[in-house]
Amino acid sequence: MTVHETHSTRIDSDTGKLGMWIFLFTELFLFGGLFLVYAVFRAKYSEDFHTAALELNTFIGTLNTVFLLVSSMTVAMSITAVQKNQKKLAMFLLIVTLILAALFMINKYFEWSHKFEFQLFPGSEVLKNLPRGELLFFGLYYMMTGLHAVHVLIGMILLTINFFKIKSGYVNQDHYLHLENSGLYWHLVDLIWIFLFPLLYLIT
Amino acid sequence: MSNSETGTHVSYLDHQGKYKGLLSWLLTTDHKKIGLLYLYSITVFFFVAAILGVLMRIELIAPGQTIMDAQTYNGVFTIHGIIMIFVIVIPALPAIFGNFFLPILIGAKDVAFPKLNLFSFYLFFIGAIFGVLSQFIGGGAPDTGWTFYVPYSAESSTNVIYALVAAFILGFSSILTGLNFIVTIHRMRAPGMGWFRMPLFPWSLYATAWIQVLATPIVGITLLMVIAERVLKIGFFDPALGGDPVLFQHLFWIYSHPAVYIMILPGMGIVTEIFPTFSQKPVFGYTAILISSLAIAFVGYFVWGHHMFTAGISYGSRWFFSFLTFIVAVPSAIKVFNWVSTMYGGSIDLKPPLLYAISFIFLFMIGGFTGLTLGAVAANVQVHDTAFVVAHFHYIIFGGMGFAFFAGIHYWYPKMFGRMYSNRWANIAWAVVFFGFNLLYFPLFVIGIQGMPRRYFDYLPQFQTGHVLSTIGAFVLFTGLVMMVYNLVYHIKRGAIAPANPWKGVTLEWQIPSPPSHENFDEIPVITTDPYVFGKSTENKPS
Repeated sequence: MTVHETHSTRIDSDTGKLGMWIFLFTELFLFGGLFLVYAVFRAKYSEDFHTAALELNTFIGTLNTVFLLVSSMTVAMSITAVQKNQKKLAMFLLIVTLILAALFMINKYFEWSHKFEFQLFPGSEVLKNLPRGELLFFGLYYMMTGLHAVHVLIGMILLTINFFKIKSGYVNQDHYLHLENSGLYWHLVDLIWIFLFPLLYLIT
Repeated sequence: MSNSETGTHVSYLDHQGKYKGLLSWLLTTDHKKIGLLYLYSITVFFFVAAILGVLMRIELIAPGQTIMDAQTYNGVFTIHGIIMIFVIVIPALPAIFGNFFLPILIGAKDVAFPKLNLFSFYLFFIGAIFGVLSQFIGGGAPDTGWTFYVPYSAESSTNVIYALVAAFILGFSSILTGLNFIVTIHRMRAPGMGWFRMPLFPWSLYATAWIQVLATPIVGITLLMVIAERVLKIGFFDPALGGDPVLFQHLFWIYSHPAVYIMILPGMGIVTEIFPTFSQKPVFGYTAILISSLAIAFVGYFVWGHHMFTAGISYGSRWFFSFLTFIVAVPSAIKVFNWVSTMYGGSIDLKPPLLYAISFIFLFMIGGFTGLTLGAVAANVQVHDTAFVVAHFHYIIFGGMGFAFFAGIHYWYPKMFGRMYSNRWANIAWAVVFFGFNLLYFPLFVIGIQGMPRRYFDYLPQFQTGHVLSTIGAFVLFTGLVMMVYNLVYHIKRGAIAPANPWKGVTLEWQIPSPPSHENFDEIPVITTDPYVFGKSTENKPS
């Protein structure tokens, strides 16, 4: 193991990946807290959750799911492209990933602003007068999708950095830990959405 | 390998890196320098919080208002708690001694992610600054207590958000430190150092790191939810909006109870290093100690409910949590027996580190037994939220973690700075600290049982004797702490030059010069024996 021998500036790949996996576990636990709260309130107010979920647009949700699933595929393909030393292709696939992520965010923007038009935002009078369970449903909806959107943004920043690192040759056939770890992060963003989508949109 | 005399050795303190002066500290990725950055900042914050503690004791010297009004008092005990818990007690041992000695003890040149390590320090510092600022700016010091119980924390008009953000950032720093340590221990042990040849302090850090990584995100999201509740009126925990305040307590304590073991496990690890060295005997029951560390870390997840016996949880869950709480006492007791057995028949050298380590056992036992009192449902209902609880957790946290810290700093000081402190002053300071500590906290047990509530700024006259004794104790303790710190700080530059191995220790840190060089080892050592082998065999040498 070379790590024992030198103070290398590059972290060896197994070490780096182990660190990333542990970090991803902490991210799952972070969302896990919200899933737990969701479970508690869903059990307590199942009727209200049912009614409130009807407000969400399943079509937009499905579209966003497709965007994220495909983007997960393209980011995985771009890692393979780097491994095969196809620099141009890898950069192209990252661009596709970023475009899909951007489409996701644009959809999210329209979805949220549509609800704001109906005064369905946290703290609004309309929301306060709804039954308690519906109020909590929307609170959880904004909190969970909001936190997820923050993760999408962080993922987009990471992938953009990787785009330039591939361009400059820092990430290459022999050293692609950065890209691989960012890819793992992106898969996590996708994975969490796959849980959020049925919990918020489909169970009506 | 005491080749410090050959003249080629350059201490990490004099190592010339890319940057000079202050930047060489602020941009360092050397785990030892980062350890010292933590040491210095934590010491400063400790004195800030300790002074707040003394102010509280002065306020409580007589019934009625003495030096501050009730609202100020609420702010003072809240900030005292937030700084002490989140800025000092949780991070201190892993961040200072873990950073400094973990790589050395496992024969590595640095932690797995040196840059991430520096990043954790910056997060820590920013979080700590937020915590202190919340006391002074905006809507006034938060007055919720360090536990941020809702619905009050969602309604109080004070700077609760600052404090929540501070705790969130500090938690993030704690996660990254734990992550770094887990990977370091997995990937960077010296050749020949199998898991069961690893010294016990790294083992305790390993158990701690898993708690940091698995439990902290839960409190992170909980704090975010309280922020959302305050800013957006979402109502997760506010009964008026359909939420559930007991749910907050569940989420909060499912981290914060394991966090107690983040505080105490590394402390146990430190005294486990000290007993063998000052008894010149291998540690008794190596495997039992490491398994009990893991057992404490594991069982620690299942006991959070004992904080909520009076919060309206079901009868069944009360006795169940009570039972589980008692179970944690078993591995802790195993450790105590092992430490005592390690000393039995050894050639005991009663130096300051051992004095602190022995007082650690004494105080930790008092804290532990009173913990059982609190774990029993019936007794808990009697003393819930009284001064008894305050005394109990100060015995565990200050008497345990704090004294383990003092033991550790006296043990490793020669290695860290290459100088010796004055033994005589250290002994005197120990006596003052130990006496002051007991005078401060023991009376609180008594008035707690009699019914003195915690967090009250005023009280009935019959509790005054206890409070007066306690306040005197606070002054004695503070004097002792100042003496101790003065002794240590004064001798950093002026103490006698320390030999490589002043205490005849056998673990790896004593095999390298004091202070260590930039990369710890000229050549990575090859481990051929178990970690605690005293006597003739002094193998474990690099090269």
